[in-house]
Amino acid sequence: MTEPKKIKVLVAKPGLDGHDRGAKVVARALRDAGMEVIYTGIRQTPEMIVEAALQEDVDVVGLSILSGAHLELFPRITNGLQKKGLDNVLVVAGGIIPEEDKPVLQKAGVKAIFGPGTPTTDIIGFIQKNAPNR
Amino acid sequence: MYRGRHWTMRQYARFASAEESNKRYRYLLQQGQTGLSIAFDLPTQIGYDSDHPLAHGEIGKVGVPVSTLKDLEVLFEDIPLDKVFTSMTINSTAPVLLAMYVALARKQGMDVAKLEGTVQNDILKEYIARGTYIFPPRPSMRLITDTFRYCKDNVPKWNTISISGYHIREAGSTAVQEVAFTLADGIACVQAAIDAGLDVDAFAGRLSFFFNAHNNFFEEIAKFRAARRLWAKTMKHRFGATDAKSCMLRFHTQTAGCTLTSQQPVNNVVRVAVQALAAVLGGTQSLHTNCYDEAYAPPSEDSVTVALRTQQLLGYDNGVADTADQLGGSYFIEYLTSRIEDGASAYMAKIDALGGAVAAIEQGFQQREIRESAYRYQKEVESGKRTIVGVNKFVSPYPKIAGLLRVEPEQAKRQLARLAEVKRNRDAVKVKQQLARLEALARTTDNTMPTILGCVEAYASLGEVCDVLRGVFGVQEEYRAV
Repeated sequence: MTEPKKIKVLVAKPGLDGHDRGAKVVARALRDAGMEVIYTGIRQTPEMIVEAALQEDVDVVGLSILSGAHLELFPRITNGLQKKGLDNVLVVAGGIIPEEDKPVLQKAGVKAIFGPGTPTTDIIGFIQKNAPNR
Repeated sequence: MYRGRHWTMRQYARFASAEESNKRYRYLLQQGQTGLSIAFDLPTQIGYDSDHPLAHGEIGKVGVPVSTLKDLEVLFEDIPLDKVFTSMTINSTAPVLLAMYVALARKQGMDVAKLEGTVQNDILKEYIARGTYIFPPRPSMRLITDTFRYCKDNVPKWNTISISGYHIREAGSTAVQEVAFTLADGIACVQAAIDAGLDVDAFAGRLSFFFNAHNNFFEEIAKFRAARRLWAKTMKHRFGATDAKSCMLRFHTQTAGCTLTSQQPVNNVVRVAVQALAAVLGGTQSLHTNCYDEAYAPPSEDSVTVALRTQQLLGYDNGVADTADQLGGSYFIEYLTSRIEDGASAYMAKIDALGGAVAAIEQGFQQREIRESAYRYQKEVESGKRTIVGVNKFVSPYPKIAGLLRVEPEQAKRQLARLAEVKRNRDAVKVKQQLARLEALARTTDNTMPTILGCVEAYASLGEVCDVLRGVFGVQEEYRAV
């Protein structure tokens, strides 16, 4: 029997805000749950995030934003991923995202949005269940 | 303060455009308020004009965009600057915004020496916790001492720095770490100013601090008391300050944004009230109370009112400021105060051993310590060891909040149009000359402030000024470790 392949996750912070507590805590929790995690750091453009996802050949992209620019930035990331043929990549997000924005983002291809107070176990469970099989 | 009068009830407020802010400011002044508070959007905070590609989607989102002096002229239209006290939450671009404020005062024909206000101007906590830095720490410290020197001679009533632990705590530190890392940053600032040739008693009285009011009621009260004790000892023994004012730790407090829950959000009103009470019992000079809906989005008008009423209710209905240091002498409070003081002293000794706050930041020390604390905190919440009512205990369904404030896209368009007009109509040769002067000066150790003032008076933009400084100082990469 071979070991199941580790799920590879890119945790990324688009936008200009520096609030990285959530991104760092989630990155650490995913790693502790046995995933391979790459954290981009703050102030990433959509193009940088798409490029990192491509280069690192990740299964999952986790976006964290608290600046309020999610409506502008998230669709640019999901579109970019599609253009690069990364349709398979599971995109999830967290941060301060108002309820009424969620349908727009989901339509753009963000599969789950985890608001403040979400246990990391919920995020881990969702990713384990929904990450693409390879 | 206290007994005679209340703490200052100062609410930080965010508006998406200069026009909207101006309207609000004029309303507040009519109502008798004299203190104005400016929140800037993220591009302004990290030195990008509104027309920079990275500003896309961020214009006006978390505050007002200011790219040129023209934006500040609109922001303060019909507001005489010598009649107000302006608090600007700005850090890596503080010298530029301060220069614009001075330039505007001159245009209004004011005596600059009469200007009163504050710039946050605390770059060290940006590397540690908040993230809106531009240049590496050492040239950034030089810009801070440049503002100290400039203000001492020209704007003597200005508060040149607000040394901030608030964001350190928000990033996940413990109470002890909040005190230790903040005071270590304070020590670095004082040392830098002394090294730049300033006499400690000439500027130390203008230093102010900014702390967080978190959930553990007694620990928070003790934290403020411990910080005050430690700072007085530091100023007296380490820096030989002789003026009593130099040894005073004056501070602003904000209740902890990170403790607000999106679950059962009305509970946040009570959370904030208890945190605010801790700040007052800890002796804060001014206070911002958070709004209960802030775990969702920028606050609504209703929630802003409740937040302010919470402070008024504490001060007026309950008389909590009838005396100062209300819990002094309580066995438990005195014990906790000493324990926090000891813990913070040990941390500060460790930072000294690493070569001081700047060197420790460069080695990622504070960042790592905070990251560990944040992860531990999250683990404690998830295991139920730490209770958050409505989140991991006493959970019940709650209605979603309606009426959230949104930023209209027209506001960003208007901002971009104004910037384009300024760039079209200004004297391009003069701008180029001023920017060239700044570049030459930045390479020396002379004070950059007068030339930054020259740049902004010629309508050079914030982004242009910062680009010149980026060229000379370099750009700081993130100190990254997960």
